[in-house]
Amino acid sequence: MKTAVVTFPASNCDRDMFDALEKITGTKPYAIWHQDTEMPDVDLIALPGGFSFGDYLRCGAMAARSPAMELVMAHANRGGNVIGICNGFQVLTEMGLLPGVLMRNRSLKFVCKNVNLKVENNTSTFTNAYQRNQNIEIPVAHHDGNYFAAPNVLKKLESNKQVAFRYVDDNNEPTEGANPNGSQNNIAGITNKAGNILGMMPHPERFIEEVQGGTDGRGFFESIINSLK
Amino acid sequence: MKARVHITLKNGVLDPQGKAIQHALGALGFSGVEDVRQGKYIELDLLESDPTAIRENVEEMCKKLLSNMVIENYTIDIE
Repeated sequence: MKTAVVTFPASNCDRDMFDALEKITGTKPYAIWHQDTEMPDVDLIALPGGFSFGDYLRCGAMAARSPAMELVMAHANRGGNVIGICNGFQVLTEMGLLPGVLMRNRSLKFVCKNVNLKVENNTSTFTNAYQRNQNIEIPVAHHDGNYFAAPNVLKKLESNKQVAFRYVDDNNEPTEGANPNGSQNNIAGITNKAGNILGMMPHPERFIEEVQGGTDGRGFFESIINSLK
Repeated sequence: MKARVHITLKNGVLDPQGKAIQHALGALGFSGVEDVRQGKYIELDLLESDPTAIRENVEEMCKKLLSNMVIENYTIDIE
């Protein structure tokens, strides 16, 4: 599996993503700089976490208008797989590749902890290695992860099964207390309708080896490998 | 000429920062503040002098970058 990681000024999870992709796919990802105007032919493009362009104006707004994003857009429109983690999710919504927007956390505080997620849909390119309704533990670290979409958009996301992951408690229930940021319907990650693009606030790339405290993130990357077989 | 752009949250979009400001005002003894909505103000100095052309241009800027139409509205003042 050939992959590429796009780095923006002030990305800070690009090395983690690089490492995770290399360890799990066995192949070194291509490193793409935000000003690059050429993209090798790859199976997956990853937009990593961080604070691209200092979160100026709106999180992900500047990054979404970077030259390399035209290449990402073309790849996505051809049906190519794209993932956006944390800041990458914000970039994908700013590009219009995913619906809705990530607003300031309801608490107004930066949230950095491990959360429980429920795998809502295990038939997607990005979740098929998990069991349906599986409860997984993945870290979050963000200030702006409060998912918001207009009521009709939210309804479509749910009815099309585009919600990939939801914040839940130990009993797998999407309670208020389990919601770290105020996201509507406890949404942690979504796909586009066609199913080739995924954005999520939690960081699966930070949970792939025991030394990191958990390995529940591996299934995310293994799902993508499965779907390319 | 100058264009002044105000970017505000659409009605119905929760504004946790506005709520925090409202609470802080209450704590300072400013009573009767029923609601607070916060937004952004952007000032642009432009070479163009035709107000119609400016408005058209700044509208494009708002749609493409300055505002996120999912949650925000914008107003443009030119002088």
